[in-house]
Amino acid sequence: MDHEGPRLPTPRGPLSRGVDAYLRGAGRLPRLEEVARAEVYGDDLQLALYLCYELHYRGFAEVPPEREWDPDLLRTRAAMEQRFLSALRTDAHVHHSVDEALAGLLVEPVEGTGVTHFLRAEGELWQVREYAAQRSLYHLKEADPHAWVLPRLWGRAKAGMAAVEFDEWGGGRAERVHAALFADLMTDLGLDTTYGRYLDAASAEALVTVNMMSLFGLHRTLRGALVGHFATVEITSSPGSRRLAEAMRRTGAGPAAEHFYDEHVEADAVHEQVVRHDVIGGLLEQEPQLAPDIAFGIDATEFVEERFGARLLTDWRASRSSLCTPLAQEAAHIS
Amino acid sequence: MPNSPSDRPAAPRRVTVQRKGPLLMEGPVEVELEDGSVVSSDRFRVALCTCRRSRRYPWCDTSHRDRA
Repeated sequence: MDHEGPRLPTPRGPLSRGVDAYLRGAGRLPRLEEVARAEVYGDDLQLALYLCYELHYRGFAEVPPEREWDPDLLRTRAAMEQRFLSALRTDAHVHHSVDEALAGLLVEPVEGTGVTHFLRAEGELWQVREYAAQRSLYHLKEADPHAWVLPRLWGRAKAGMAAVEFDEWGGGRAERVHAALFADLMTDLGLDTTYGRYLDAASAEALVTVNMMSLFGLHRTLRGALVGHFATVEITSSPGSRRLAEAMRRTGAGPAAEHFYDEHVEADAVHEQVVRHDVIGGLLEQEPQLAPDIAFGIDATEFVEERFGARLLTDWRASRSSLCTPLAQEAAHIS
Repeated sequence: MPNSPSDRPAAPRRVTVQRKGPLLMEGPVEVELEDGSVVSSDRFRVALCTCRRSRRYPWCDTSHRDRA
């Protein structure tokens, strides 16, 4: 366990350079005009936002923990969040009701074209390793961004959410914590399990998926979106995990790699039921005005996940790495 | 001990049925299969397959979903 937190990653442009320098106590924060100019889903803004959010999880070795609540940093973060949130609201497909938004998720395509379909049918071991490295940003803190919603729920929604989170965290058994199971998968794949190790490698599209969870989790006003997001993850996880488990078996990734996804096939078939009936159902009973936000959380999750998958497939079909820093170089010193 | 479950008779265990989807019940459960073998699940809630399409029968794996 790395007590100090990971090292700060390499900046990817003026915003992340400014935030990085400020966190080190060696420079000024980016100006708001710079935030306004940046590409909203691009590497620079998304990494800068990721740096701000990470202070609420495990922080960075070089950064004093008090920076978490630094008002100037929070002001810069708010400017980036505003751009990110309004882009998501504009770009995500909009369903008019929660039921309509959920309906699409509850139908399985006969011939799917997503990244898990690709990995199942023809993924190679190097692609499986890249997928795991990208996803490690989330899976090594699996279910953590969603914990922030707990104090904002009550009754049936709270009990359901807490039960699913308890299951994600191993049901009281450290060896069953899903983040720990993912670390075992990474070990099977010859990846470094150090928290934050692949932040430099992750694509902007991967950063977007994790930043969106942090955004929804940290703002009470977005509790409906967080619940919609969480439901989408749980509903799509079971069939997706089955395909990934098959990919792990076919590529010979290893027993822990197979187990991680096998476990999610069953666990998330249950979680889906609890999240739909108790969490969404309970929240809608208590706060029916949140219905559009729940639908937005569902739609936004589909939008960012499709972008993430499309980027992986585009890179892989062109026979190039999807990572900013390819794994090939480091496989040498791991094995 | 207040709140001790032994103070009162056990409450009936509720099972939730759905037109489409698994039977839901509080875990842990043991399921005796047709060949007499017994499998168990210690999840807090258990989703039992009713469509018989699950590849992890008797546990639900979402195979009941429509395909399009």
